[in-house]
Amino acid sequence: MLWLRTWLIGIKSVLLHPMRSLLTVLGIFIGVASVIWLLAIGAGISQKAQEQIEGLGADNIIVRSVKPAKAPDGSTSFILPYGLLRADYDILVETIPTIRGALPIREMRREVRYGQRELLARVVGCTPEYADITQLEIDRGHFVSDAELQLEQNHCVLASNVVDTLFPYEDPIGRRIYLPEAQDYYKIVGILKYRAPTAAIGGSLAAQDFSQDVYIPITTLRRRLGDTVVVRRGGSREGETVELNQITLQVDDIANVMKTADLVQQTLDRRHSKLEDVAVIVPKELLEQAETTRVMFMVFMGVIASISLLVGGIGIMNIMLATVMERTREIGVRRALGASRSNIVLQFLIETTVLSVAGGLAGILGGAFCPYAVNGLRQILTSYASDLISTLPQLV
Amino acid sequence: MQLAARIHELTKDYVLKGETVRALRGISLEIPAGDCVAIMGPSGSGKSTLLNLIGCLDRPTSGCLQLGDDDVSSMDDSQLSRIRASRIGFVFQSYNLIAQLNVLENIEVPLYYRGRITRHERSRCRELADMVGLSDRLKHRPQQLSGGQQQRVAIARSLANDPDFILADEPTGNLDTQTTEDILDLLGNLHRAGKTIIIVTHEKEVAARARRIIRLLDGRIDESLVQ
Ligand SMILES: Nc1ncnc2c1ncn2[C@@H]1O[C@H](COP(=O)(O)OP(=O)(O)O)[C@@H](O)[C@H]1O
Ligand SMILES: [Mg+2]
Repeated sequence: MLWLRTWLIGIKSVLLHPMRSLLTVLGIFIGVASVIWLLAIGAGISQKAQEQIEGLGADNIIVRSVKPAKAPDGSTSFILPYGLLRADYDILVETIPTIRGALPIREMRREVRYGQRELLARVVGCTPEYADITQLEIDRGHFVSDAELQLEQNHCVLASNVVDTLFPYEDPIGRRIYLPEAQDYYKIVGILKYRAPTAAIGGSLAAQDFSQDVYIPITTLRRRLGDTVVVRRGGSREGETVELNQITLQVDDIANVMKTADLVQQTLDRRHSKLEDVAVIVPKELLEQAETTRVMFMVFMGVIASISLLVGGIGIMNIMLATVMERTREIGVRRALGASRSNIVLQFLIETTVLSVAGGLAGILGGAFCPYAVNGLRQILTSYASDLISTLPQLV
Repeated sequence: MQLAARIHELTKDYVLKGETVRALRGISLEIPAGDCVAIMGPSGSGKSTLLNLIGCLDRPTSGCLQLGDDDVSSMDDSQLSRIRASRIGFVFQSYNLIAQLNVLENIEVPLYYRGRITRHERSRCRELADMVGLSDRLKHRPQQLSGGQQQRVAIARSLANDPDFILADEPTGNLDTQTTEDILDLLGNLHRAGKTIIIVTHEKEVAARARRIIRLLDGRIDESLVQ
C-alpha cells in the first residue's frame, strides 16, 4: 500500500516538472537510441565486409589437377593420364556433409575462328553456377544453362575480349564460332561484361585472367573435345588425359573450411597415392583476413558502445545532479517534516527510474526505427547524389 | 509538573574550513509540557541553532537533550527522523511549502513519513485547512497564495501529525502587522489546546504573548523571565 503510494508520488512528481522530465527522457532516449543505431550500423558494415571477403572465395576450397613431375614407372604411352577424376568429384560431394556445392571445371587452350579472324582461347567447360562463383556478369543473352548442360548442346558464352577480337562489327549473338581442332561449331548464346583479371591473393589463390575465355557446358566439352589433349612439340607428340582441371568446393560455413579441407585432402590422398597429381588449395589469407575483420569490428563496436553509454550516462548523471541541487531546499523541508535519509533516496530513485524506463523504452522504439530511417536517408541521398551512393556499401 | 524538554549544558560547534564557530556554549533549560516560550536575541546569537537541536534537525556537539522521556542527544539519524515525524511540527520564516503541491497535498506531506495513512488522518487534514481558514483554497498552489495564507498552510502542515511541539523560527518575520496578529492568534489557540510552543522572534509584540521569554547572547542564556 505504502509502496504503491510511494511510486504514485514519484510518478506524480515527475509529471509536476513536465519540461525537466521531458528533457531528461529526451537525453536518455538519445543515449539509448544512438547506441542501438551505432551498433546496428556497425553490425551491418561488419556483415557486409564479411560477405565481401566471402565473395572473394574465403569459403571456397579449390582442388586442382597438377601435372606430375615424372611419369609413373612402367608407363610406355606418350599420353599421360593424371589429375582429378569425375569419380573423385562424386565421392567428395557424396561423403563430405559440410560441402554445400561443388563446381567441376575442365579447361583447355583451343583455337577459335569466326570467318577470317581467329584467337587462341581458353575453352572452359563448366556448370551454370560458375558465373556466380567467379562473379562473371552477363552483358547480353544468358550464361550456360541447366538445359544446355543436360542436352550437351554446342552453345557457348564469350568473354568480352573474345567478342572484341572475333566480332569487331557484327552482333555475335546467334552466330557460330568454329573450333578447327575439333572441327566443330558452337552457337553463341551470351556475352559477358568485361571482368578485370583477379590479382593473386597471398600464396594460395593464383591470378586469373578471364578475358580470353569461351564457356561451354562441361558435358559438351567431354563429348565433343574429350579428355585427351595431344600437342606437337618439336617433331615428337606429347599428350595428356585429364578428366577435370579443377573442382571448386563451397563450404557451408567459413568456420568449417579448415576441417573440410583436411577431409578432402585425406580422401584424395587415398585415391591418388601413386602420383602427386592433385593439390588442395585453402584460401588461408582470406580466412585470416575474415577473422581479423571480424575481431576488428567487434573491438570497434565495443568501443563505440562503451563511449556512447559513457556519454549517455554522464548526461543522465548531470541531469540528475542538477535535479537534486535544484531541490536541496525541498529535500531540507521534507527532512524537517520527518523524512528519513532513505525516504529521500527512495523518492529520487523512483523518479529516476520512472524517467529512465520512459527514456529507455522510447530509445528502444527509436532504435527499432533505424532501418526505416537509414533506408529513407539512402533514398533521399540517392535521388540527389546517385553516383556517390552507388559506390558506398549497403548498410544494415 | 511534566517536562516536555530538558536541556543540560548543551553546546553546538560548527566547523567551517578548519575554523570552529561556537554557536551554543552551554545551554541549560527546562520546558514544561504545554508551555509557550519565546527565544529572543541578536542575530547570530544561536537562536535557530537551539531551535534546530530541539527539533532534532541536528545533533549537539555535547550536552544532554531530552524530549519527554527520550534522550535525543544519543539517537542516530533514522531515530531522529522518527521523532521529527511523530512529535515535532516546524514553522519557518519563509513558509517552505513545496511548490509543486497544492494546499491540501502540502498539509498531507508529514503523513507520508509516518507509515500508515488512515482515512481519518486525511479528513483531519481538511479540518486543519478549515481551522486556518483556507478550506476554499485546497487546490491552490503556494505561489497563488499571499504570505499570510502560506504561513497558515505551514501551521496546518505542522499539525498534521498531531505533534507535541510546535517550533516556529521567526514565523512572522515576513508578515505585516495584521497578518502577524492572525498567525499569533492561531498559535495562541494551539497553546490553549495543550501544545508546547517555542517561537524564535525579534519582535517584542510577538514575545509579549509568550508565557516565558529567553534571551540569548553569544550562545549563552543571557536572561530568562516568566511573564
Ligand atoms: N550550518 C552552519 N554552518 C556554520 N556555521 C553556522 C551554521 N549555522 C549557523 N552557524 C553559525 O552559528 C552562529 C549562530 O547562528 P544562528 O543560530 O543561525 O543565529 P540566529 O538564528 O540567532 O541568527 C552564527 O555565527 C552562524 O554563523
Ligand atoms: Mg535564525
